[in-house]
Amino acid sequence: MSAYEISLLSVVGINVILAVSLNLISGFCGQISLGHGAFYGAGAYAAALTAVATHNLVLALVAGAVVGSLLGIIVGFASLRVRSDFLAVTTIGVNFLFTGFVRKQSWLGGEMGISSIPPSGLGATGNMVLILACALITIALSLYINKSWMGFTFRAVGEDEDAAATLAVNVASYKLAAFGIGTALAGLAGGLYAYFTQFITADAFDFVVSVMLLAMVVIGGIGSTWGVAVAAVVLTLLPEAIRFLNDYRLLVFGGLLVLMIRLAPGGMAGLFKQLVWRSAKP
Amino acid sequence: MSAVLAVQAASIRFGGVQALQEASLRVEPGEFVGLIGPNGAGKTTLLRVITGILRPDTGHVLLRGADVTHQSTAARVRQGLALTHQIVRPFRSMTVLDNVVLAAGYHRTSGPLHALFNVSRGSETERAMAILGKVGLGGSERKLADALPLGQLKRLELARALALEPSVLLLDEPLAGLNHTEALQQADTIAAVNAESTTVILVEHNLEQVMRVCRRIAVLNAGAIVSDGAPAQVMADPIVREAYVGDGVVAHADA
Repeated sequence: MSAYEISLLSVVGINVILAVSLNLISGFCGQISLGHGAFYGAGAYAAALTAVATHNLVLALVAGAVVGSLLGIIVGFASLRVRSDFLAVTTIGVNFLFTGFVRKQSWLGGEMGISSIPPSGLGATGNMVLILACALITIALSLYINKSWMGFTFRAVGEDEDAAATLAVNVASYKLAAFGIGTALAGLAGGLYAYFTQFITADAFDFVVSVMLLAMVVIGGIGSTWGVAVAAVVLTLLPEAIRFLNDYRLLVFGGLLVLMIRLAPGGMAGLFKQLVWRSAKP
Repeated sequence: MSAVLAVQAASIRFGGVQALQEASLRVEPGEFVGLIGPNGAGKTTLLRVITGILRPDTGHVLLRGADVTHQSTAARVRQGLALTHQIVRPFRSMTVLDNVVLAAGYHRTSGPLHALFNVSRGSETERAMAILGKVGLGGSERKLADALPLGQLKRLELARALALEPSVLLLDEPLAGLNHTEALQQADTIAAVNAESTTVILVEHNLEQVMRVCRRIAVLNAGAIVSDGAPAQVMADPIVREAYVGDGVVAHADA
């Protein structure tokens, strides 16, 4: 495998973790977040600082997940106050606050970022294997949650939280759980990214990343783990295949997002289901 | 016998409107109470105070002796209160069965962590099927809730409430929008639920059905309970006729 392929697969794996974890929050539990980049970034910075201080891979990744999750639960409290489109706007604000804050902090490297992140000791191939393993675990966890009573309850909360409350569901605790789990995984992805590049700046976690991730969720099919995972792979590889797209990422992803919501709200997973359903009919 | 539900002197004010004026209601286990009153009397407000959507400015709500005035709706439901909405609120993207299964699994959804480690839906599905049969939705289990007409959604709403195994069932206009036959069937189902020892409080405009099935009627007017007792006795009460028809007309009718 060439170094290029290894790095490409690593990025694919990280994006799968991010998109599937965002789907837990926005797809399963219906809390639209346009700030997933902030939790990803918080995890990356926490992991980078821990890595520099301790040179311990496991500790750094755990730190990334914990910090991502803590920030997520704080933002989750906002979801108890504001609903739907207001939450989307609030989370955009969180993303801009995060990058704006990081750029001004000298202990976080300011505009220059953190460039002295020690290697994981696994080598490029080892990193890639670790990332892909984490991506598979994330997918498995997402599939399991969807099957459990937690996923069942998430769907109810996402569809009508007042009705869920009358069925004895403590809506607040479920929303916080969705944010807590989803952003812990985003933080983990941040940690993996920090080891993958060994150099991070705030730019890698800006609003464009959040839009790209939500586009993956919507295009894949909001709520569908496999749909979202496939969309993450395709939408990561697409700009690589068509190079000039890279400069217009926000335009392309934003455009696809709008088209998909307008024409096929169920995403690719929804279209696929329709196709199967039609062919199954006599 | 201690009351299963008690509202003690609940008052609530919205701006210049006194929606509830020291309203008190005491319901014993097994009772079937019809709560009626003209439009704007405060029925919906009283229901919201009981369910916890609104907090009274003064007064208390007691559920099986415990003060729940400051508890959330979900917490009250866990203590045996179930309610149906006047405007049906099904989870439209779920099947009819799943709507009821979720309610039947209330002990599995008590907290996210507990819910995460529970996967099996066997016993809940069984119970939900039985309840759907009881309310007359047998055979519609696999349909999407979205595909049901209003009459059946009203039954689904009732089925979900029953799946919570309530000791007090609070029904907000469960017959509204139903045709005569549907209303008759739905009222009979509710009466059957009550016969199985569930306390029922029925808020309803359909006086014909209320008179037919309820064994006690409480009348709310201008935010206070103005009459309370056996149906025939309440309907003969001049205060009640006054509340519904207005003083002038009553005087004219009596003359």
